[in-house]
Amino acid sequence: MSNLIASTAPKARQLTPEEIHDIEHEKTHYPYAQAVGLEALKIVQKYQGWVSDESLLAVADYLKLPPDELEGVATFFNMIFRRPVGKHVILLCDSVACWMLGCDNLKAHISSKLGIEYGQTTADNQFTLIPVPCLGDCDKAPAMMVGDKTYRNLTPAKIDAILADCTARG
Amino acid sequence: MTVTNKPLTKNIEIGRAPFNFAQYQAAGGYQSVAKALTFKPRDLMKLVQDSGLGGRGGAGFNTGLKWSFIPEPDGGPRYLVVNADEMEPGTFKDRLLMEHDPHLLIEGMITASIALQATMAYIFLRGEYKEAEHALLQAIKQAYAAGMLGKNIQGSEFSLDMALHTSAGRYICGEETALINALEGKRANPRFKPPFPQVSGLWGRPTLVNNVETICNIPGIVTHGVEWFKGLGINGQFGTRISGVSGRVKNPGCWEMPVGTTFRTLFEDYAGGMQDGYQLKAFLPGGGSTDFLMPEHLDLPMIPGDVAKAGSRLGTSLIMVLDDKTCPVGCVHNLIKFFAHESCGWCTPCRDGLPWSEHMLLKLENGEGSLKDIEILKEMCGYMAPGNTFCALAPGAAEPLQSGLKYFMDEFVEHVNHGCK
Repeated sequence: MSNLIASTAPKARQLTPEEIHDIEHEKTHYPYAQAVGLEALKIVQKYQGWVSDESLLAVADYLKLPPDELEGVATFFNMIFRRPVGKHVILLCDSVACWMLGCDNLKAHISSKLGIEYGQTTADNQFTLIPVPCLGDCDKAPAMMVGDKTYRNLTPAKIDAILADCTARG
Repeated sequence: MTVTNKPLTKNIEIGRAPFNFAQYQAAGGYQSVAKALTFKPRDLMKLVQDSGLGGRGGAGFNTGLKWSFIPEPDGGPRYLVVNADEMEPGTFKDRLLMEHDPHLLIEGMITASIALQATMAYIFLRGEYKEAEHALLQAIKQAYAAGMLGKNIQGSEFSLDMALHTSAGRYICGEETALINALEGKRANPRFKPPFPQVSGLWGRPTLVNNVETICNIPGIVTHGVEWFKGLGINGQFGTRISGVSGRVKNPGCWEMPVGTTFRTLFEDYAGGMQDGYQLKAFLPGGGSTDFLMPEHLDLPMIPGDVAKAGSRLGTSLIMVLDDKTCPVGCVHNLIKFFAHESCGWCTPCRDGLPWSEHMLLKLENGEGSLKDIEILKEMCGYMAPGNTFCALAPGAAEPLQSGLKYFMDEFVEHVNHGCK
């Protein structure tokens, strides 16, 4: 039985040279490897899109951290994706200022346009839709991020243009 | 040259790139570092304490007094951590400061570190603030290149390193001990206090955690002195602060203004009052975790004590207006949903009380609620009150709920059976 579990359990993959380079840079900022854990998961996510079991184990191996502790950190922070996401992650702010200015309607608009609900990814793996707590753009509400970019004073028409631009960029 | 009366935003011009090191220095920047190096550290802490500067993250505690609890150096590492995890619903002031004048924060951090004799300074930045990340990384690099960071700053005995930590979500990271756990690479559950971070913080070492805007006040206070700082305030208050308005007003935004300015001045003169066709119904004075205030409270000065007497908290002093066409029950539901989602799960009143409250509010919204639910919601506010929870998250969450029930009870009762119209 134990052999069976061992043979199907995920194994650490090799980190890429770019990932190792970035993790080494972060290590210079902290006296202990544990403090680099979250930054290392973010680095992996930057290159891979998400943090697979194989990636998590690779980071744990590299930093000599217990994998279960690192998993505890990975699942605590909502911006670490432990499941695959689309190429463009849409973070739609659903906090109070954006809610007052109609983010629910925008969510319905995105859902009907892309055919996905919160937490889902389009069949072509282009878009994932996730709600995000207050983006700190309340004076320019409603707001959302797509990837690293923030978009403000949103309307359905603006969202159409943003999504079309993402699709065009591929 | 007259000394500025807008020390926080004097270099900010929306639409142009932030000042680089040379431009910032040419505009009078980094003077506080040289001046601070001539002080005994304890005298510098006393200076900040005498200025009356209160923490701008929401709690408002005297900054110099908070600093003074740090023990004398023992040769080991000491840390300054800037809390740049701005995530309080309705708050967008630190974003402005970091994106548009990153060197002001860095100067404040260096000067504060001289007072605290810190050996390392971290900025704990929320991961979503990509523009701020870019601006701060550039500015830190420039400060190192100019000898303002690193070994023997400006030829002195004082050395300081600085690094930017970008986080990955979770509102609880704004709680200073949770932030310290997150910075150590752990789950961001708050820690028991005492010991307070000043004594045993990051990696068990003396640590000060201060908000971005708080630290941005330090260069002005040290450069121009306490009397100048006191002269900036009105209604018996000292200094300036960033206040702002969101919601259906004509001109939402945030601006630097004298501490002690009234809500009405902020709401009418700066934000232009309500948009046409909307009336002011109520407002949250300083973020999602503050009690509602009503239009009759607009003439209050934005002073923590005055706001407390009216039954709320000044918090971050960025107000969110609730208009007459937005449902207050829906508004409270949105806030409680946020807090339920952001609970770290450590203590029961928060972990279980918030989702249960959210569930009852949703039932009310859908016309499936009962008067009993409203009674239980009231009880919940008691369970989540200060003293019953491990940290301030749930007591803060209870504030809009308890004041919502106080001011809008008729609407809550109307929602029973009818739901939200």
